[in-house]
Amino acid sequence: MSISDDSSAAAADSAGGGGHGPLLSLRGISKTFGPVRALTEVDLNVPAGSVTALVGDNGAGKSSLIKTIAGLWRPDGGEIHWEGAQVELHGPKDAEALGITTIYQDLALCENLDIVQNMFLGHELTARGMLDETPMEIKARETLRDLHVVTVRSIRQPVASLSGGQRQSVAVAKAVMSNAKLVIMDEPTAALGVAQTTMVLELIKQLASRGVAVLVISHNLNDVFEVADRIAVLYLGRLAIEGPVDQFDRQSVVEYMTTGTAAQAA
Amino acid sequence: MSDPDLGGGVDARLADAPDAIVGVGPEPELSEAALSALPAEVFAQSLNDYFSAWARRLRNGESGALPTIGGLIAVMVFFQLEQSTFLSSTNLVNLFVAASIYVMFGAAELPALLLSEIDLSVGYAGAVAAFIIAELNQPPVNLPWWIGVIAGVGFVFAFGGLQGFLITRFGLPSFVVTLGGLLALEGIMLELATIDKTALGGVISLNGASPVYKLAGSVMSPALSWIVLVVALILMAVGLLARERKKRVNGLASSPTGVTLLTIALTAIGGIVLVLICNGNTPSGVPWVVPFVVIVLSLFAFVLSRTKLGRYIYAIGANPEAVRRAGVNVPLIRTIGFATCGGLAGLAGMVYESRLGSISTDIDGGQIVLYAVAAAVIGGASLFGGKGRPLNALLGGMVIAVVVDGLGLMGVGTGTSDIITAGVLIAAVMLDSLVRRRATAGLR
Repeated sequence: MSISDDSSAAAADSAGGGGHGPLLSLRGISKTFGPVRALTEVDLNVPAGSVTALVGDNGAGKSSLIKTIAGLWRPDGGEIHWEGAQVELHGPKDAEALGITTIYQDLALCENLDIVQNMFLGHELTARGMLDETPMEIKARETLRDLHVVTVRSIRQPVASLSGGQRQSVAVAKAVMSNAKLVIMDEPTAALGVAQTTMVLELIKQLASRGVAVLVISHNLNDVFEVADRIAVLYLGRLAIEGPVDQFDRQSVVEYMTTGTAAQAA
Repeated sequence: MSDPDLGGGVDARLADAPDAIVGVGPEPELSEAALSALPAEVFAQSLNDYFSAWARRLRNGESGALPTIGGLIAVMVFFQLEQSTFLSSTNLVNLFVAASIYVMFGAAELPALLLSEIDLSVGYAGAVAAFIIAELNQPPVNLPWWIGVIAGVGFVFAFGGLQGFLITRFGLPSFVVTLGGLLALEGIMLELATIDKTALGGVISLNGASPVYKLAGSVMSPALSWIVLVVALILMAVGLLARERKKRVNGLASSPTGVTLLTIALTAIGGIVLVLICNGNTPSGVPWVVPFVVIVLSLFAFVLSRTKLGRYIYAIGANPEAVRRAGVNVPLIRTIGFATCGGLAGLAGMVYESRLGSISTDIDGGQIVLYAVAAAVIGGASLFGGKGRPLNALLGGMVIAVVVDGLGLMGVGTGTSDIITAGVLIAAVMLDSLVRRRATAGLR
């Protein structure tokens, strides 16, 4: 990973007063697979402390874009700027080291382990070579409390006994505990009921209010307008438009998603 | 709130109880199936709560060791009614020693099952270890017995590791690799018997003076039996109570004290009955193999429940991708798992030859591996990975030993005996599968 100074990004940062410049900034990101152009010159800003919704039709390049940010794919062209400095991601570990956590749709939880065990998976605390459960349970409890996750009966219950929304909460709490600065969520409300969806959207707002940048991929425009501060629309691998949520209405977002342009901006 | 989901009513409770994580008391929106998926100790506030949670899990077929214990008692009552000699101390002590073999081989299969894999080579791995142990301690080699044990167990541990390496490095199915291992180890066993000129007809006797021979072939004195039992019970009681106390002091989820005391009391009763039976037998006393098996299983259980290695083995059995993404070296953990299968199989082979006083190339490693899988699965370990404890191997091994022994007493032929044992195994696997289906159906 190489970090080099970038004058324009630094200027943008100082103008925004330090914390208000975009945490992550993509400049002209392109990715091709043989003859297929998955991403073409995508510019995207993800500021800290707010929720950015990434929307687009199937095949618009949403997955390609998050895989690039998560370090799974290297872009063919363009630059990734993190906290104002250009970075190169050679693998998921690089992204993780920067503080980028991706929560995929499968959530990556082990059903037979309890909530604490899942939250600490791979980062267990030990004392004299043995698992040290006490601090792990206390830390997990605090994290869930901070996120206002109050519906789980016991944090010692196996994830198999949790509902979809609660599992999503555990995955988010795991990200928070790893001190993630950017949390990417892939369709977090897909396959959830109404109450569960409300719970998860609440959680996403909590996350942003803690100063975390959240990038949510969603098909559901209700959810997007409920939770997002900013919207970015991808159309056929290009960024059709990006801006604060009040710049859009449902009609215009649908038009951007399906045609790449809108007849009249709201 | 009519939503049957666990997360229903988040808004209401966000306002009501912002700092409560653990809901106290029954929540109406939890379905029966969802409740039964919770371990009883998770939310029980008292002994009463614990029992009602336990009963609920039982109704839903999610009760851990209980059905196995119930089945074990039922089978023993049946055999006692058929053959009055079944519950004689002579037969029971004989049964304990026989069971220790199934238990050890069952434990050897457990790491593979937990990883959602299979190890078909444990039977002949035990045989190879047994030959190495016996030969190194006999003329013309005459090395001390413990070098033989280290060499024998070490060899099959390494062989298990090699199988694990092939499985993980080249992404091969464990079924095929360990099937190859089964054949290769049988070949190694035959070669060992050929090299050793003292192995007449493929049989080599144990050195009668070695502790390996005495393991199953001799008993502790009655007094020592009691002392060992008391020490073991005190260690267990102090350990359990201290752990639960520490949890309570730190405000963590803990079992009600009554449950802990009940566990200790039941274990004590079991231990006292066992010592009384063994001390009433001639020769009087508990066979050395009993504490040996208890110690091995306790250490194994400790590694599985209290170390990162154990935690990752369970996690990989459920979701290897999640563990990989968590930054764990999954191939390494799986390789260690297969090596552990080999190492435990080596110890099981040692118990096997100790019971017979010798080891022969007639050993049927193929059938042993079936009994090993059967012991683990009958005891409650899952063939689908991520679920099972050494205790399961102990209970399952006991069931198999009781069935084989009881049918033998009744004069039933080997053929019928095999068929009935097969029936027990299939029933256990069916139960495992049904419980899984029910659990997933109830939650979605």
